[in-house]
Amino acid sequence: MFGFHYRLERRTIGFVLAVMVVSSIGGFVEIAPLFTIDETVEDAPDMRMYTPLELAGRNIYIREGCYACHSQMIRTLRDEVERYGPYSLAVESKYDHPMLWGSKRTGPDLARIGGKYSDAWQVAHLMDPRAVVPVSVMPAYTWLGRTALRIDDLGLHLTAMRRVGVPYSDDMIANASADAYGQATPDGDRAAGVVERYGDATHVRSFDGDPSRVTEMDAIVAYLQILGQLTDAAGKQEAVTTGNGQ
Amino acid sequence: MASLLTKNERQLALGISILLALVGLAMAGAGDDRAYAAHGILIMVFGVGTAFLTISGYHAPEPPEGRLAQYYDDPSKVGIVLAMGWAVFGMFIGDWVAWLLAYPEMTFDAAWSSFGRLRPVHTTGVIFGFGGNALIATSFHVMQRTSRARMPDQLSPWFVLLGYNLFCILAVSGYFMGLTQSKEYAEPEWYADIWLVIVWVTYLVLYLRTLARRQEPHIYVANWYYLAFILVVAVLHIVNNLAMPISLTQAKSYSAFAGVQDAMTQWWYGHNAVAFFLTAGFLGMLYYYLPKRAGRPIYSYRMSILGFWGITFFYMWAGSHHLHYTALPQWVQTLGMTFSVMLLVPSWLAAANALLTLNGAWHKVRDDATLRFMMVAALFYGLSTFEGSFMAIRPVNSLSHYTDWTVGHVHAGALGWVALITFGSIYAVVPWLWKRQGMYSAKLVEAHFWLALVGTLIYVFAMWNSGIIQGLMWRTYNESGTLAYSFIDSLIAMHPYYVARAIGGLFFLIGAVIGSYNIWMTVRATREDSREPIADRPVPAVARDRALQSGE
Repeated sequence: MFGFHYRLERRTIGFVLAVMVVSSIGGFVEIAPLFTIDETVEDAPDMRMYTPLELAGRNIYIREGCYACHSQMIRTLRDEVERYGPYSLAVESKYDHPMLWGSKRTGPDLARIGGKYSDAWQVAHLMDPRAVVPVSVMPAYTWLGRTALRIDDLGLHLTAMRRVGVPYSDDMIANASADAYGQATPDGDRAAGVVERYGDATHVRSFDGDPSRVTEMDAIVAYLQILGQLTDAAGKQEAVTTGNGQ
Repeated sequence: MASLLTKNERQLALGISILLALVGLAMAGAGDDRAYAAHGILIMVFGVGTAFLTISGYHAPEPPEGRLAQYYDDPSKVGIVLAMGWAVFGMFIGDWVAWLLAYPEMTFDAAWSSFGRLRPVHTTGVIFGFGGNALIATSFHVMQRTSRARMPDQLSPWFVLLGYNLFCILAVSGYFMGLTQSKEYAEPEWYADIWLVIVWVTYLVLYLRTLARRQEPHIYVANWYYLAFILVVAVLHIVNNLAMPISLTQAKSYSAFAGVQDAMTQWWYGHNAVAFFLTAGFLGMLYYYLPKRAGRPIYSYRMSILGFWGITFFYMWAGSHHLHYTALPQWVQTLGMTFSVMLLVPSWLAAANALLTLNGAWHKVRDDATLRFMMVAALFYGLSTFEGSFMAIRPVNSLSHYTDWTVGHVHAGALGWVALITFGSIYAVVPWLWKRQGMYSAKLVEAHFWLALVGTLIYVFAMWNSGIIQGLMWRTYNESGTLAYSFIDSLIAMHPYYVARAIGGLFFLIGAVIGSYNIWMTVRATREDSREPIADRPVPAVARDRALQSGE
């Protein structure tokens, strides 16, 4: 073995090829089957996609680096399930390009934060976290409330998402900007189209409390309120495993 | 600088600079979002700057032939200065965000200065800015010495070094403006990623061309590690950054993968960025500078081989231990845990090989802070690889994951191992490169050593405490069978440790500032050491031909 190596280390290209082969095996064995084994991701026929407004909110969540302190992945541990809700399933992030499972909980997990607090609480918390949670170490995000949301290019966002595999329809792409506006303007004439395209469960309301304009605050709160609500697959799974569903 | 390039190289450098400036101009002109356009302007300014640098020496006479009888070290010198600049910048931001966790109001009411944007500035600044520049600078130095050959040309090392720094600047300025892919340690957007691929391929080709010119029959161990670093980082970078931009005139892109596949790809990348950027590359440093400084040969050739191939093979399986108990299929988690535990063997082989090399030179470790930097780095390498294998065991991970224990583990490796081996190597190489008798002040090296060591220990102990307390509080039940502590309770318990951690980080930062001053004063000193070791030269061309005829 050492004799072989004694010869190998005299050849540059041979050595390079050896490193490439030896280093490729692990990743190949662990990653490739995740795309081919069907059981990797559960079926969830009720799974819906992010609306353009929620997607814009998700991009703000990414932009501000929220994932550095908040996970979106409840592990299969008793205390986590009791603290945050049913453990996360793979299917729940199947439209997440990229995933935001996170690696650190400086703040709590957000996988099922949707619906736990009112819009007004979320807005107040983002504007000044210590006004509602006195010992919080979260930064204030005051600029979200005063910045208008860019919605004119949301069609491009949906198109790119479709190219990587999210089944947005032509109709959704064509109306992306109008739907973002409509979802945050409940009394306007574009609100009906959002429900028509994304389903009755879609939240249509002024998330930041000011229906006269669509801000980045509207988008981020719309996103936070949908976390854990895109499918009921995890709730059903829990009902089966605990017997509560019978 | 440009006057030392040949005329052909000057023309090429000017061409590349102008091309870069034009690309920047196009991005700035066509850019459909402000951050993207700002990056266009930045690229254009960078291209104009390198064009001016080239023009300043454009009409100088051809460089003297005598240069070919010496190693080409100018890029290494500039790389070391850049590395120290990034170190101070990245560690300053790091300490700032550490204070923010204790006192969240210590910032401005502006988006760029919020924790979420500063945090990747810190990680990129220290990993890629400080670590990357140090790796590039030392790899140029080591590959020439161990091959006893000069670099094949003088332009590509500059392209690699300056191009790499352009990538780092794009990355960091992007975070301030809110540009990020959110993939940890792979945050820069698609155009910066493409630029890095171009730079990185040039780096690989330069390395291979230099090795091809070597006058030593064998490729030395340090080069195995540097090569693995360059090769594997290229693969990791390309796969993990596959993404669909929304438009060629906007920065935003969507990852090609989603959900569980994206998570696995990301942590395959993330863990092997630790393995091949923060471990392999720095083991390359260790395997050259430690024996040189100690004046002892590497303890064991066989341990070197086993350590190298073990690390290259096992590490690539270990990434899934970042995803224990998640929605990742359990078979992948089990593989990740198993290989992470096995990884301890090659890791400790490498650490033991380094420490045993010091046998017979321990009196030097006592007297010489530079060698002591390297010795303590090897110790921390052994410590943090043990800790890493331990934390990869599923039940341990159930406690440690998502807590500050992970942060403490990373910093035991990043401060104790990566930064200490880098400082040690830089203190060794600076006097050699600038031909000085020694560093400007040995006492300041000594002061830096103790500041760095004490800072690391404070940091790591604070995070061990806070992480384990946090993990235990989250899972503690009271007698009635409900969770005993709210999340906020655990946050309040963290406060003293967050203050301690920020103080430890401050020690480390002050050490880096002192080190930068010491290096700067060494460079500025006018007194050259005339006793240049005669062996520190490439094998001349005539001898090389003879050597080739003799069959090597």
